[in-house]
Amino acid sequence: MTTAESKAPEVEPLRPIRSGRSRNHAEQWSWLFMRGSGVLLLVLIFTHLFINLFSGDGVNQIDFAFVAGKWASPLWQIWDFVMLVLAMIHGGNGMRLLINDYARRTWMRKTLKTLLAVCVTTIVVLGSLVIFTFDPCPLDASGDLLPGVPTFCEDVR
Amino acid sequence: MWMWVVHRTTGVAIFFFLVVHVLDTALVRVSPEAYNDVIGTYKTPIYGIVEAGLVAAIALHAFNGIRIILVDTWPWALKHQRLMVWIVWGLFALLMIGFLPRHLSHVFGGA
Ligand code: HEM
Ligand code: HEM
Repeated sequence: MTTAESKAPEVEPLRPIRSGRSRNHAEQWSWLFMRGSGVLLLVLIFTHLFINLFSGDGVNQIDFAFVAGKWASPLWQIWDFVMLVLAMIHGGNGMRLLINDYARRTWMRKTLKTLLAVCVTTIVVLGSLVIFTFDPCPLDASGDLLPGVPTFCEDVR
Repeated sequence: MWMWVVHRTTGVAIFFFLVVHVLDTALVRVSPEAYNDVIGTYKTPIYGIVEAGLVAAIALHAFNGIRIILVDTWPWALKHQRLMVWIVWGLFALLMIGFLPRHLSHVFGGA
């Protein structure tokens, strides 16, 4: 008892998995990423919610013109882009951990992870395109402004 | 002890919300009217309550996430586990007390 107490428990060295890759290192990165991105997301998301849901008229202020006003500034474009990428990777990686925990069968795990990867990639690509190809004054086929555009579009034309 | 259940459920809920949220925001590339129509439903009382639930989920997940980070890295926090959990609930309560009256008056006040 006296000697055993002072000694650290013996840990079996992790066997490399079949691909020869060490899984351990990747999981260390995952662990660190979840913490780093978590802290950043706290600031990004709380600010997002404060501006869009709390200040001004709250939800009632949100419409196409509101989005146009925000994305006129590169600050909010980059803000939303970073938030999109970090949140989807953080959430996606979190979902991967849950799949590892709850999906018992190999084929089930594989299917769910493939679906997850497709979903995360699609949303990140779509969301990025939406932010950076945004057009505040879209026209219809005959070249007129679409209804619902912000008022300044009349002047810019 | 069951804080991890809270952390998992809120994490999953936020993930699915975010997928839908990016899809509805993508409507700005369809047309201003399409976007305004869908965002209009977000201003109804039922969605107002869903939004309050979402904010609650984010606040809990975020504060509890910070608690997990602190307990992992800071011996003092590990020693005061129970206190840390109380702090999470305390901050959560404060945030909701600050947020709910204003949000609900936006949603139900009409203005
Ligand atoms: C607001 C700031 C956030 C903070 C501080 C935060 C913090 C954390 C931390 C530290 C973990 C790791 C827990 C562990 O290793 O045991 C985690 C897990 C997770 N997070 Fe977040 N997170 C945040 C936002 C988000 C968002 C926006 C999403 C969804 C898009 C999300 C979804 C998840 C999921 C699904 C897990 C996995 C839960 C588990 O493995 O038990 N989190 N979060
Ligand atoms: C009910 C609460 C929310 C409202 C009313 C809201 C509103 C909006 C609005 C109006 C936009 C358009 C651009 C802008 O204003 O910056 C937007 C974009 C965005 N929001 Fe939120 N948001 C909410 C919650 C959240 C949460 C909880 C997250 C993170 C988990 C989030 C992540 C994003 C992202 C990533 C974008 C960019 C979308 C894209 O790339 O197309 N939002 N949100």
